Amino acid sequence: MLRSCFNRYLTAMFCCVTLFGASVSHADQVVVYSARIEQLIKPMFDAFTKDTGIAVKFVTDKEGALLARLKAEGKNTPADMLITSDAGNLWEAAREGLLKPIKSETLETNIPAYLRDPENQWFGLSVRARTIIYNTQKVKPTDLSTYEALAEPKWKGRLCLRTSKKVYNQSLVAMMIAELGEVKTEHIVKGWVANLATDPLSDETRAMEFVAAGKCDVTLANTYYYGRLMAKNPSLPLAIFWPNQASSGVHVNISGAGVTRYARNVPAAIKLLEFLSSEKAQNLFADLNLEYPANPKVKTDPAVAAWGSFKQNPINVVTAGELQAEAVKLMDRAGYR
Amino acid sequence: MKGEALNSTGNNTTTRYGFSGFLASTYRTSSGWRLFPFLVAALVLIPVGTVISSFFAPASDIWQHLVETTLASLLINTFWLVLGVASGTVLLGVSLAWFTAVCEFPGRKFFSWALLLPLAIPAYVTAFVALGLFDYIGPVQTALRAWLGPDLFWFPNVRGRLGVIIVMILAFYPYVYLLARNAFLTQGRRSLEVAQSLGFNRTQGFFRLALPMARPWIAGGVMLALMETLADFGTVAVFNYDTFTTAIYKAWFGMFSLTAASQLASLLIVIVFVMMVVEQQFRSRMRYAETRQSARVNRIPLAGWRAWLLAGFASGTLFFAFLLPIAQLSIWTASVFTQDFDERYLQFLWHSLLLSAFAALLTCSVALLVVYAARRHPDWATRAAVRIATIGYALPGAVLAVGIFIPVAWLDNWLSEIALQLFNIETGLLIQGTLFTMLIAYMTRFLAVSHSPIDSAMQRITSSIDEAAMGLGLNGWAMLQRVHLPILKGGIFTAATLVFVDVMKEMPITLMTRPFGWDTLAVRIFEMTSEGAWEQAALPAVVLVLAGLLPIILFVRQTEK
Repeated sequence: MLRSCFNRYLTAMFCCVTLFGASVSHADQVVVYSARIEQLIKPMFDAFTKDTGIAVKFVTDKEGALLARLKAEGKNTPADMLITSDAGNLWEAAREGLLKPIKSETLETNIPAYLRDPENQWFGLSVRARTIIYNTQKVKPTDLSTYEALAEPKWKGRLCLRTSKKVYNQSLVAMMIAELGEVKTEHIVKGWVANLATDPLSDETRAMEFVAAGKCDVTLANTYYYGRLMAKNPSLPLAIFWPNQASSGVHVNISGAGVTRYARNVPAAIKLLEFLSSEKAQNLFADLNLEYPANPKVKTDPAVAAWGSFKQNPINVVTAGELQAEAVKLMDRAGYR
Repeated sequence: MKGEALNSTGNNTTTRYGFSGFLASTYRTSSGWRLFPFLVAALVLIPVGTVISSFFAPASDIWQHLVETTLASLLINTFWLVLGVASGTVLLGVSLAWFTAVCEFPGRKFFSWALLLPLAIPAYVTAFVALGLFDYIGPVQTALRAWLGPDLFWFPNVRGRLGVIIVMILAFYPYVYLLARNAFLTQGRRSLEVAQSLGFNRTQGFFRLALPMARPWIAGGVMLALMETLADFGTVAVFNYDTFTTAIYKAWFGMFSLTAASQLASLLIVIVFVMMVVEQQFRSRMRYAETRQSARVNRIPLAGWRAWLLAGFASGTLFFAFLLPIAQLSIWTASVFTQDFDERYLQFLWHSLLLSAFAALLTCSVALLVVYAARRHPDWATRAAVRIATIGYALPGAVLAVGIFIPVAWLDNWLSEIALQLFNIETGLLIQGTLFTMLIAYMTRFLAVSHSPIDSAMQRITSSIDEAAMGLGLNGWAMLQRVHLPILKGGIFTAATLVFVDVMKEMPITLMTRPFGWDTLAVRIFEMTSEGAWEQAALPAVVLVLAGLLPIILFVRQTEK
């Protein structure tokens, strides 16, 4: 009786599965979980498929959800590759044992050491520079110098910031902890908070618009947000300042990828990673979102290059992950919302 | 004339029997009705239990950190938000429901359905539009600055507490409006007649008769609004207003501790459970009313300034809650339409409609069966099971999504292991990534939304009707089908509309459980907003709102004859 019930249940389940078509692995296909949104990855996947005949299937979601998903699926995961839009989550994925170390000379030559995992579990594919944006009518570039200097009293009531909940700010503060130590960093973040002209904003386009409208004079933003805003409204009195050029360099984060630990199609996944790091894909990968290529041999988009060249902070981006939780706590203590 | 005032049946009898009585009655009744609520509760308990089980894992450093830094302010923020949204939705929802149900004023017919339209707009969209218009760089303040000079004026802080509360009231009042209106339509005018015969004036009639009689419905609506408020992340993120839910996400995404996030979420469940018990107190004093609508009763005609004041009040609400967001969205859409719109939108729309329709069907069917079973066996255990079955709505969507995903993946892995050992075939993951999983996931989240209206409608059917039906030999299915279903139609329609629109707006569960290629309009909104391209997100948002209007219009045609 019970057995027949169970059998019927199984039959029903298999019917459901065949009806709805579950995901079955396929030899000539790579499955990607991506936190980088569709518009910024699909063109490269299409190019890859055209070149190699290998199909790319992908699904997008937030980083946290994708990691939880990979973890729950374990060794049966359909995913061969994970793409994120920051280093911290790749670090976390590696820490959770969700990624696989890769041996690939192509990748090692294409991607500089500070933009990839020391154990080669993941690789940066584009560089996102976080810099100072200022109002050209109210601030002289000579007034500006470093991220740290924005904590000085002369900026009181002149600073706008995006919320500390955004990973880009968490990464920046994590890197500062690595370089300056926790005590000094906390002092600086407290200084920023004291200088705020208005409560932290939910996104940095908003923050730049506040600067342009004169509510505040400076803010921190990733350059591609600046590029996007200026493309839409070129007359805004905003400009980029490259901070920390005499010291550590501009804080950079990455958008990157790794092969999953239980990938079914490892060769194809590595092939896709190598393709993404190649000159052909790098231009597309970075230019689509006005980011900087991770491969130093590849030229930046002319529109992006026009913002000038700058010294990047060469500290390994893995630091952003390692110290992210510390950074979040520090910002909580400093009252940075 | 007046609805019979009865205490809900079974309340006293079962307390007398206690647990053994419950067991005994389980054996006595051979029908499966008895077990149905428990099965559903068990199903919902799987993801909720997955979240709660985190309590056994250590994450004490994050707790200590929270207590030392932000916890107090988070709780205060959450408290005010809940209080504000509760009182705001009651004031707005109940007053509008009352006026459109029992008064006559210019445009009443139009407003009675149009005031439902804000349901179709996701709250975070309203929030974004509100900030876009009224914040420092928005057109309103910019114009004022141009007019009065940059330093000469004061403007309230739009991103402050009051701003969030107002946006949430505008987004969530339709829940209260819809349920309260249901109550007033059947009881309100009649209760006014009774009030008159008792020598009350209209105001007294409202406060002393109609309002107390509608209390369970109002409580049900407020409960939905509050659960939505507590679980909300999108709206508070736009305002950068820190609530308890913000802390959940911060622990998860910022400090990489899904454990701490789940622990915080479990506390949220406890809070909501307490709120449910309070609501239960309202419900146990539920009054039954006859369901016959006496169409002959006339509305209270209002004339002169009062009529226009009401019309103005209704238009104002509609303007801020619906027209303004839609207008702003349309302007943004116009600027990106040519470059973003393509034939894929047909697919997004199709997926959204299909998922919402199936989810509404499934969720409402289950809710109906649960409600019916609970009516036939109104003991404490069944009622507890029903409460548990509807708790999924209180969890932040992303946390519930993980709670659903983990057991599904576990089952999947187990099945594939079995398949490998017994049949030596590699199946991969079978259940996850199917629409079946997705629909079950929606059901666990939105059962509360469909339960509330159907339950309220069921409460309105007097037990004498059941007795009469049983006297005619109708029982079980037959009674549900031939006696209850026709009377419940309005409630079921309400429930279906709410679930349909909510599923369409839902993001985290859709993102996490959708099969490859099954992108919906909400997924599209996610793709745009996650890189800050809010204006581009307007296009899928407009399509989503338009699609969400379909069931509302259908609903209106069914109920407003």
